[in-house]
Amino acid sequence: MMHKQAVIVGGGPAGLAAALRLKEKGVNDLLILEREQKLGGILRQCIHDGFGLTRFGESLSGPEYAQRFIDQVQQAGIDCITDCTVLDITGDKLVTAASREHGLLQIQADAVLLTMGCRERTRGALATPGTRPAGVYTAGVAQNYINLQNIMVGREVVILGSGDIGLIMARRMTLEGAHVKGVYEVQPYPSGLPRNIEQCLNDYDIPLHLSHTVVDIRGRERLTSVVVAQCDERFRPIPGTEEEIPCDTLILSVGLIPENELSLAAGVELDPRTRGAFVDEHCQTAIPGVFAAGNVLHVHDLVDFVSLEAEALADSAAEYLLAGSLPACPLEVKAGSNVGHVIPQRISGTRPFTLSLRVRQPLNNVSIVVRQGDREVLRKKMRKALPAEMIQLPIRAEKLTDSADMEVCVE
Amino acid sequence: MKRTFTCIVCPNGCEVEAEYEGTQVLSVTGNLCPKGKTYVTQELADPRRTIASSVRVQGGELPLVSVRLTSAIPKARIFDVMEIINRQVITAPVHIGDVVVKNILGLDSDVIVTKNIEKA
Repeated sequence: MMHKQAVIVGGGPAGLAAALRLKEKGVNDLLILEREQKLGGILRQCIHDGFGLTRFGESLSGPEYAQRFIDQVQQAGIDCITDCTVLDITGDKLVTAASREHGLLQIQADAVLLTMGCRERTRGALATPGTRPAGVYTAGVAQNYINLQNIMVGREVVILGSGDIGLIMARRMTLEGAHVKGVYEVQPYPSGLPRNIEQCLNDYDIPLHLSHTVVDIRGRERLTSVVVAQCDERFRPIPGTEEEIPCDTLILSVGLIPENELSLAAGVELDPRTRGAFVDEHCQTAIPGVFAAGNVLHVHDLVDFVSLEAEALADSAAEYLLAGSLPACPLEVKAGSNVGHVIPQRISGTRPFTLSLRVRQPLNNVSIVVRQGDREVLRKKMRKALPAEMIQLPIRAEKLTDSADMEVCVE
Repeated sequence: MKRTFTCIVCPNGCEVEAEYEGTQVLSVTGNLCPKGKTYVTQELADPRRTIASSVRVQGGELPLVSVRLTSAIPKARIFDVMEIINRQVITAPVHIGDVVVKNILGLDSDVIVTKNIEKA
């Protein structure tokens, strides 16, 4: 059996950034395990630009952003095994993985970094009625076919859900000669970023229909049409508003779910709101020495913030490895009114940290208020707050007390 | 004239309320930074976009390599540029920054490779 100070599960943006920072901090005995044949994770297929504006001050494509980290990982001589699937992680941090080159691997780690990213919600999760023809894809699968494998998925396209990947794919397919007939979103507001609504839909005159969903999928071998309908405020289709739209392709962009099967096997407890682990301000799960960051923890909008979060994780993991433990985090952070979720869910009350949250619905002229008991830790005014945009707030240590739980509200 | 623009320069995506006459911007509100005003001014006079696509690769570990433009081109020329990009075929190995088309259609923008593709 092999022994490593840190095993990093997943060589996407979170895993790469964490590995580099660990190495910088003097943790040399590292191993990245990656399921695909190449490092880079989902960025490999995200060929559009707009990555790295915060981190590098330039607008890079996904592969370029990833390559900057991959080059550094290689220069630093960090061990990676690609084409390697992690099968199991135990609560004692024994990692079992399978690789064509190395066979079955068993690695005892002092620290395990969970950086597996997320996966897409599918038609099954929506329980959309209808037949089961070819031509129904999740946005990320269509993106993989078109951008990596040179397979065009269809010509007459309807998109369900206004997540960012769906919007990006609306533009991508239009550029490749497809006709995107419209984007249908069950919520009364878009779930993607405003800039993507503008540059992916409005630029190409692709209509966005809010409060609409697909109620029927038709076709035997190949999709021939979908039926859309308007929805009421409880997302129920309104009878009489159905419209049949001929199409050969339906793209689903209906949400992302942190990929936590391995975390669950290790005994990590998940937050039903984020569907990622409960973590403290060190990105540490309830199991000492098991950490999580990036989309496996909570789904991000911007890779720049994934990298930052993974680096913060690595700072803590390095401290854990070098000092043997991290300060206790007995205080709870609660999501109060209008707040969908918060990360971290536990804090020490003695150290600075970055608070991440999402609002539940679009709000104008509100304040994000962070309190511990009667004490106001932070108040930030916002002209607009959208569920599509993760809000991140640095919390300074001198504002904190170590004697009261924290609540985050939008007022 | 009044119109609300969604600034696409950065992920903030500011809703910029602009008052303008012709292509002359009189006032802007709602932008978090000066780029918002620059964006609106550009958008009124000559809207530009960068695009990303892919180009076929012969003898590579993948059949396609991703490409992008090095600077924004007039919005109205996007499909002309796509037509040129679609005709390109290059041979592996190719590396980030390799120029596939220099100064495409005379628009002062290059098509560059954004992924390393080694020989299969």
